[in-house]
Amino acid sequence: MTRSAADVTRGRPVAVRCRSVTKTYGSGQSAVRALRGIDIDVHTGELLMLVGPSGCGKTTLISVIAGVLDRDGGECTVLGEDFNKMRSDAKTAFRGRNVGFVFQAFNLIPTLTIAENVSVPLLINGHKRNAAVEQAKSMLSQVGLGTRVNDYPNRLSGGQQQRVAIARALVHKPKLLVCDEPTSALDHVTGQKVMELLRDVASSNDLSLVVVTHDQRIFEFADRIAEMDDGHIEQISGGLGHKVAEHPSESALT
Amino acid sequence: MMRLAVKMLMGDRLKYLGLLLGTAFAAMMIAQQGSIFAGLSAQTGTFIREIGDVDLWVMDPQVRFSEDAIALPETAAQRIRGVEGVEWAAPLYKGFLRCQLPDGTRTSLILVGLDDSTLVGGPTVMTNGTLLDLRRDPGILIDERDTNSKLALKHAGNRPIQVGDRLSIHDNDAQIVGTYRGSPSFFWDPVVYTTYSRALRFAPKDRNLMSFVLVKCKSPADIPAVKHRIESSTPYIARTGPEFEAVTREYILKSTGILINFGLAVGLGFIIGLIVTGQTFFNFTLDNLRYFAALKAMGVSAATLVRMVLVQVLSVTWIGFGLGMGVAALMGIYITRTDLAFLMRWEVVAFTGIAMLVVGVTAALVSLTKVLRLEPGIVFKG
Ligand SMILES: Nc1ncnc2c1ncn2[C@@H]1O[C@H](COP(=O)(O)OP(=O)(O)OP(=O)(O)O)[C@@H](O)[C@H]1O
Ligand SMILES: [Mg+2]
Repeated sequence: MTRSAADVTRGRPVAVRCRSVTKTYGSGQSAVRALRGIDIDVHTGELLMLVGPSGCGKTTLISVIAGVLDRDGGECTVLGEDFNKMRSDAKTAFRGRNVGFVFQAFNLIPTLTIAENVSVPLLINGHKRNAAVEQAKSMLSQVGLGTRVNDYPNRLSGGQQQRVAIARALVHKPKLLVCDEPTSALDHVTGQKVMELLRDVASSNDLSLVVVTHDQRIFEFADRIAEMDDGHIEQISGGLGHKVAEHPSESALT
Repeated sequence: MMRLAVKMLMGDRLKYLGLLLGTAFAAMMIAQQGSIFAGLSAQTGTFIREIGDVDLWVMDPQVRFSEDAIALPETAAQRIRGVEGVEWAAPLYKGFLRCQLPDGTRTSLILVGLDDSTLVGGPTVMTNGTLLDLRRDPGILIDERDTNSKLALKHAGNRPIQVGDRLSIHDNDAQIVGTYRGSPSFFWDPVVYTTYSRALRFAPKDRNLMSFVLVKCKSPADIPAVKHRIESSTPYIARTGPEFEAVTREYILKSTGILINFGLAVGLGFIIGLIVTGQTFFNFTLDNLRYFAALKAMGVSAATLVRMVLVQVLSVTWIGFGLGMGVAALMGIYITRTDLAFLMRWEVVAFTGIAMLVVGVTAALVSLTKVLRLEPGIVFKG
């Protein structure tokens, strides 16, 4: 059943490419070397999980990959672009077009309906309000919340809120989706459902997913698992996801 | 995005109400204190303003404020009449005198003696009788507002004093022949008008009793020249009404400690108001920081975030400011019904509005700086 990491990604284009990436917080005595030379590729269409003990640098790494945090050294390209060579507005606009975010605490704006929340990335990309809300509603139907579009987030369960957050992260069809502990605020069954949803969208779009997690029970959804410790990637192994096997034609493209 | 900003703000009714009340309270606090101070300042000039249509006030050079009458020689008015450009010059008596009301109540008053022939400087609004009734000896005019307060007959069951009542001013018989409508003055004693010659009769017998000479110039354009001529050809100085008001205001504010004491209260009101405003917006933005951070990560530019916060501050401030000004104005209407000072100058209103906006925006932006720097710790906070 277990495959090697190379098997999983063979033939797929690289969306994110990191080489010797370093990041240090602070300086002098109090400096924290959070990333100490990270080498990793994230391929189009795969779900990569980042696991490792608390404080090992997972959040820091996805922040660098998502263009939220500047790296100190090494090389990193995302969809062929190098964030360190972009101006701040260009970086912001790039994130708005290409990156989706799912947060541990959902971060849905409580005074907006869930449809309005989901429409935000479309508004950011210049869509008209009404069209954006309509598109948001159809996205919500896809995650099974079509009947709740006018509810406010606090009327929904945690799992439903995370589904709204996933709808928000995907509505503008980004190329890269980063999720920090998407299931840790959810119970086991709900967490499984959320991961199923993520896996389904990943396989039906040309989307790269990076999911940070502590939660061993969701490892089965990964195409590959990268284990981090102390600012390094210790090991990358093939996960239990079956997606690649289901799409043999893509491997054949090379 | 701006619509979302407004919805973010108003979506939580309770929080929005809190923001409104906070800013309304701040606006009211600042405007109310400022207006009382402005009112008090303005009331120091009431007497000068009420004398009305006069181009110049001629007085002893050592006079420091309107109640500080230093007597001029009997010949002063005559000398001023001889100055080129003077249309007319009339003497004015002004002095604090003791008096006794018909029921025996003792009090004091400010007696003003008007030029006998012209009655120049007399009250403009009469509520009972006319200015000409002053010609009847021993007539005096009193302020209608004093009849049931400062001049009420305390020993006769607080009966209001009225036209026809006789009182004794420095042991001289006087009779009320009319009432006028005056304005509240910083100098609290009732202002009583009579003729110049009668005032001299009532007053203690000093050598010189002319307090001021009121001057009308032949043409308004001449005023500076006439002022200069008076000051160079006589030992006196001449001030326009507004100049005399300014000198009086400055002297009173400084010498009585009002400037310092009241200034402190105004300053404190101002600071408290601004702290409330700042705190209100600082907290509001802080409460929403993780949403702003998420928005920033999702691709909202820093400029747009700043604009969202500005829209939020503006949409609260103008309503809260309006409410606060409304309450302050209502309080003002109530306060001015009494003799207390309250003057809501447009400068106070404008200054309050601008100060609140500046502080509100600054406070909100300060709490937004973390988001503008976009620390991933906030973006991905658990
Ligand atoms: N803003 C910061 N300033 C200083 N040190 C930081 C900052 N953010 C993170 N660190 C430190 O960098 C290291 C890596 O942090 P990071 O948040 O990436 O870890 P993590 O793997 O996501 O941990 P967790 O599983 O607890 O979320 C930690 O030692 C952390 O204390
Ligand atoms: Mg983390």
